[in-house]
Amino acid sequence: MICARKLSKRFGDKRVLERLDLEVPRGGFVLVTGPNGSGKTTLLRLCAGLFAPTGGELEVDVPRGAIGFLAHEPLVYRELTALENLDLYGRLYRLPERRERAGAMLERFGLWRVRNERAGTFSRGMLQRLALCRTFLHDPDLLLLDEPFDGLDVEGADLLQMELAQRTGVTALVATHDPEALAGRVSARLALA
Amino acid sequence: MSAYAGDVAALARKDLLLELRSRDTVPAMLLFVVSALTIFHFALPSGSSARAETGLLWIAIVFTALLGLTRAFAAEREQSLLDGLVLAPCDRSAIWLGKTIGVTLFLVLAELVALPAFALFFHPLSWELVAAVALADVGIAAIGTLLAAIAAASRARELLLPLLFLPLAIPVVIGGVGASIAANPGSFLAFLGLYDGVFAILSWASFEYVVTE
Repeated sequence: MICARKLSKRFGDKRVLERLDLEVPRGGFVLVTGPNGSGKTTLLRLCAGLFAPTGGELEVDVPRGAIGFLAHEPLVYRELTALENLDLYGRLYRLPERRERAGAMLERFGLWRVRNERAGTFSRGMLQRLALCRTFLHDPDLLLLDEPFDGLDVEGADLLQMELAQRTGVTALVATHDPEALAGRVSARLALA
Repeated sequence: MSAYAGDVAALARKDLLLELRSRDTVPAMLLFVVSALTIFHFALPSGSSARAETGLLWIAIVFTALLGLTRAFAAEREQSLLDGLVLAPCDRSAIWLGKTIGVTLFLVLAELVALPAFALFFHPLSWELVAAVALADVGIAAIGTLLAAIAAASRARELLLPLLFLPLAIPVVIGGVGASIAANPGSFLAFLGLYDGVFAILSWASFEYVVTE
């Protein structure tokens, strides 16, 4: 599903990724680890199509709308409510019965009671839960998750584990500083230096 | 409603809702345009020509639009939200069109106050002036939204947007002033219509390349 050959990314003079080879088969679950600045986020953004490579080749064999991308930022509007945010994304992803799906996601991640509250009033952990709702809303085939446990409490982390457990067969590339949290699911690891 | 129109409507509605709740942009535009016209009223000597008075109105409109455009992608920029929109499977030009509709509406709201204020301070409004303002709004919003997206991706965005926008707004001022005072306003209105068409098509077609690296 993801195939990178000698993939490189530079920002000006700074080399972030250099001649990286990577293959993630359909259904693969790959953990990306490495210190700060090693290029984990850059790799995910390249796979999402948000960056263009400066060298090498990258093939991501999935349409744009089938990617679930969890970034450092939750990618939700702070002035909109949780439900309005998911409704907007549901509309842009052309989801059938999007309001029902949005409601179901909010319920699954424990945000149903605050569905009509603005995202700007949420704590860091609640924003991360809302970001996860947005990421999983359209049942993506490819998950690109950047520090998915960031800001989550124990209950939130358990809910994420349950969500991932239900999505068998989904391809995932997960950047994390806490590889042990996902150790049971991993099919391969990529350590960036 | 086609899927594309639905996407545009959802994105424009989102921008209106954001403004309704945050009240960041329109009040600032209103205050700016009324203040500018008030200053012009006292700065311009009595008995000035209609060309000078109308010219000042167009300067006020262009700078009010610039004020609105600097905020056009504020939410998306501050929270990296453009990534979320760009990843959605909708046509990326829908993002531009939705934003352009929002910018146009904010500008129209500012002008609903600015034009009566202009009539109060200077001289009565003519239909040619109102038609020119309506046509100019479309062109300003079309090219301005594209340039605001370009500037939003830059570190020097506050500097870059005026540098990009003001040269491209010169034809709007020429067409607007001409349509407002010339004996034959038709050609100037046609010029503004042509400006709208050319820059709307250019912006619509090139937005995808602006929001992807």
